[in-house]
Amino acid sequence: MDQLINYTLHLADDALILGHRNSEWTGHGPILEQDIAISNIALDQIGQARNFYQYAAVLINNSAIEQFNNITSQPPTEDTLAYFRNANDFKNCLLVEQSNGDWAKTILRQFFFSVYQYFLYQHLQNSIDETLAAIAEKSLKEVTYHLRWSSEWVIRLGDGSEESHSRMIKAIDNLWMFTEEMFQAASYEVIAVKKGFGVDVSSLKNEWMKKVKDIFDEATLSIPENVLMQKGGKKGKHTEHLENILTEMQFLQRTHPNSEW
Amino acid sequence: MNNNTNKSSYLFDEKTIWKLLETVMDPEVPVLSVIDLGIVRNVKIDNTSSGDGGIEIVITPTYSGCPAMDVISMNIKMVLLEHGYKKIKITSVLSPAWTTDWMSEHGKEKLKAFGIAPPTIKQQVCHTELFHDGEAIQCPHCNSYNTKLVSQFGSTACKALYVCENCREPFDYFKCH
Repeated sequence: MDQLINYTLHLADDALILGHRNSEWTGHGPILEQDIAISNIALDQIGQARNFYQYAAVLINNSAIEQFNNITSQPPTEDTLAYFRNANDFKNCLLVEQSNGDWAKTILRQFFFSVYQYFLYQHLQNSIDETLAAIAEKSLKEVTYHLRWSSEWVIRLGDGSEESHSRMIKAIDNLWMFTEEMFQAASYEVIAVKKGFGVDVSSLKNEWMKKVKDIFDEATLSIPENVLMQKGGKKGKHTEHLENILTEMQFLQRTHPNSEW
Repeated sequence: MNNNTNKSSYLFDEKTIWKLLETVMDPEVPVLSVIDLGIVRNVKIDNTSSGDGGIEIVITPTYSGCPAMDVISMNIKMVLLEHGYKKIKITSVLSPAWTTDWMSEHGKEKLKAFGIAPPTIKQQVCHTELFHDGEAIQCPHCNSYNTKLVSQFGSTACKALYVCENCREPFDYFKCH
């Protein structure tokens, strides 16, 4: 039971942190239609996070596991799980907490993650856990739009002007080192696979690589080699970025707990 | 038969509840009811003698992040409370996933009259083909098919932004989902 909770929180955290990062563009997008696009993508992701957190809260309430009942120092709800956990309790991968940078970095981060989520949710639809399967089925429709949008941008900027092409190269330099972690199973993911409710992420790597290569080829970009890969997010060991994100995101609820609009 | 029995048998008739739900409108697109949208999946009445006479409305969200769903739940509850129902439960189910195929034909006509292009008839699975112009969407203002996709992401999660090359008006398109 506790590994199902950890697994669900990991899926929720990935969606929430990337959704939050994308929402930082709202009001600052390069052109109006793209400001709206990235805000809609963020909204989709936060919606997915809500579904996962709601399920995690139900699971925690139904279990008597001390460890979970104390992590938020409040009775667990979707809100307390999002707003009252500390950085070392978050299980998102490092890729989603990276800073937005310029538009090239943001759309590339989205592309890398959307390819992963696309294949992840396809498989998660077959989970023996009905709720995870239902969330995956629903989220997959939205992620398909995210994947299309970000793929088009990678091509547009990669095979664009000299300026846009060099910014894409810089973005790849920045983000490639965080892509391996998505395919390295954390301990709760190993158990999730064994028990049938989770996806074997290492098996997604080949499909991911093929899709990325296809799009990169069209974008006249190359896949980097011999890069030292970073990891740790799934285990709660994060870069300083997550502390900054949570400081901003959690500030209001922590200062005025249970406040509502 | 006394009045009370008449009233309660009327109240606990499923048809009555479905009719009431037709008055609950989408807050963003106020011409569409929750029935038109295909959001209401089931109406359950506890008619058993040992039961509490409660009713349960089963709904399904459109998009994961749709902010209108919370308002819709509240509005459903309000309408039912106003009409004498006391024990109301609103349950949200994720599966089977909502699709635009569940939107009624009547709903699609109302959308067009409101100025939003309705989702096309056949279920279009959102594919991953890139730089695709999508299905030919008819302009809800001048009816021309000479329209162009501006962005897959429009004013709300469910809409895409198009422009008509014929009358030059922009319009929202309710995306296939």
